[in-house]
Amino acid sequence: MPTLGSAMKITLNVNGEARSLDVDPRVALLDALRTHLDLTGSKKGCDHGQCGACTVLVNGRRINSCLTLAVMHEGDEITTIEGLGEPGSLSPLQKSFVKHDGYQCGYCTPGQIMSAKGMIAEFNMGWPSNVTDDLGTAPDFTEAEIKERMSGNLCRCSAYPGICHAIREAAPDEGTIEEAAE
Amino acid sequence: MKPFDYVRAASHGDAHDNAARIIAGGTNLLDLMKHQIETPTKLVDVTRLDMTEIEEAENSVRIGALVSNSDLAADPLIRERYGVLSRALLAGASGQLRNKATTGGNLLQRTRCPYFYDTTQPCNKREPGSGCMAMEGQNRILAILGTSDKCIATHPSDMAVAMRVLDARVEIEKPDGQIQLLTLDELYRLPGDTPHEETALEPGDLIVAVHLPDAPKGKHVYRKVRDRSSYAFALVSVGAVVHTDGGKITDAALAFGGLGPRPWRDTEVEQTLIGEAPSEALFEKAADILLADAKGYGGNDFKIPLTRRVLKSVLGELTGATQ
Ligand SMILES: Cc1cc2nc3c(=O)[nH]c(=O)nc-3n(C[C@H](O)[C@H](O)[C@H](O)COP(=O)(O)OP(=O)(O)OC[C@H]3O[C@@H](n4cnc5c(N)ncnc54)[C@H](O)[C@@H]3O)c2cc1C
Ligand code: SF4
Ligand code: FES
Ligand code: FES
Repeated sequence: MPTLGSAMKITLNVNGEARSLDVDPRVALLDALRTHLDLTGSKKGCDHGQCGACTVLVNGRRINSCLTLAVMHEGDEITTIEGLGEPGSLSPLQKSFVKHDGYQCGYCTPGQIMSAKGMIAEFNMGWPSNVTDDLGTAPDFTEAEIKERMSGNLCRCSAYPGICHAIREAAPDEGTIEEAAE
Repeated sequence: MKPFDYVRAASHGDAHDNAARIIAGGTNLLDLMKHQIETPTKLVDVTRLDMTEIEEAENSVRIGALVSNSDLAADPLIRERYGVLSRALLAGASGQLRNKATTGGNLLQRTRCPYFYDTTQPCNKREPGSGCMAMEGQNRILAILGTSDKCIATHPSDMAVAMRVLDARVEIEKPDGQIQLLTLDELYRLPGDTPHEETALEPGDLIVAVHLPDAPKGKHVYRKVRDRSSYAFALVSVGAVVHTDGGKITDAALAFGGLGPRPWRDTEVEQTLIGEAPSEALFEKAADILLADAKGYGGNDFKIPLTRRVLKSVLGELTGATQ
């Protein structure tokens, strides 16, 4: 009889690569990424779902990786900031954040970019938001829509205007959710 | 976090486990486990079970317990016929959280009372018999209706308010396979002397779906008032479906968030409105009835006049009478 909460062997599919690890069931997906897999791009701000610094894509959808367990994600496709692009081959959103000063200290930035990636996919699927006037028609990609849809990502440096510009400009070059899941 | 065993349920049978706690989106349970407010020794992960569909049946819609808050809000049928529900969902949490949060988990999310969250403080809900710090403490976000001298917590869900407007029934599968259908007033208990007993669910029960009957006739509104304009819980919210014809209100269904230990509905308020011509005086009367038993605890006194104003404003918008 194993002791309560003994470690489990799991395989996670991260940025297209199968990675095996031994984890205590208590380990949040965020901590598995950062400390077990050395993918330190995803950040820990609050550890309670309140700041968005830990945002990653799971099967193409943005989630807070601090509020989910690593062991719950066997079989899922996980995408982190490292999977979007690296120096020299930045994704359109990453480039646009650089161009528009979408950060100051940069701590929230990976979460902002992953969230924006997921948000653009949601927008492309015609999802409404709290500021969409009519639930029956596809919304326009306005600043008000971006602000509302990105409210789950806080920026302590208040780089919001740059973040907003960066997302607006990069959005047409970013793909749909199917592409994000690939 | 305290250690626990983890099991991924492969069948409903696995989920009916008296010794385990169900985990779905995990966005409330894991938060509480990190604070050691919840300390289960076993988690059963139900996320791979077959409860992910939104199905249309005759005169009703059946929403699987695992349908995410974002999928539900964006569903074309829900947007078209149950606008108040889409709106309530979109007013809650953040894009990331809504992607993970499930229909079943949202219903069972626990209060945001600051003392419930602070394990160094007494709280009758967290530790029965220890006392209630909120009564004379920080109670800005807490309840004014349906409270007891043991607990004044609110139920924080926006979704549940819209579901109360829509007369939703929660489909519960018992460990012996029997199905129970509960209204939200039957699901959620008032605190009384036992604020730790929050719902009618028993160990081993699994929420499998929520049923919505045909929507009531009328225009749908969900109005949420909070401390910032996005990503914050409600201070006061109103979900409403109201129809007017020939200058009179013919149909009205209203429920309120932020006021009570469960989404608050008072059919007397609706009866007061139905058959009458919309007017400022009528809306005042409806507010008088809603708030007749309201009790403030200092920090939340403001909710009484705020509720009155929000109710009048929503009724004005829905009937075209006043703003
Ligand atoms: C920062 C933040 C802001 C938020 N803001 C809002 C807001 O503005 N409005 C709002 O309404 N909500 C808000 N929420 C709460 C959020 O909506 C809930 O956390 C979420 O809906 C819970 O769903 P879940 O699937 O993650 O539940 P879980 O955390 O998985 O479970 C919650 C509870 O439900 C039980 N459970 C889950 N599924 C079942 C089932 N099928 N059968 C039986 N029991 C089950 C679990 O055992 C647990 O007790 C916020 C949360 C956070 C972290
Ligand atoms: S209001 Fe309820 S939840 Fe809050 S401290 Fe009192 S008993 Fe606890
Ligand atoms: S670290 Fe996950 S939301 Fe803050
Ligand atoms: S750039 Fe510093 S927190 Fe956003």
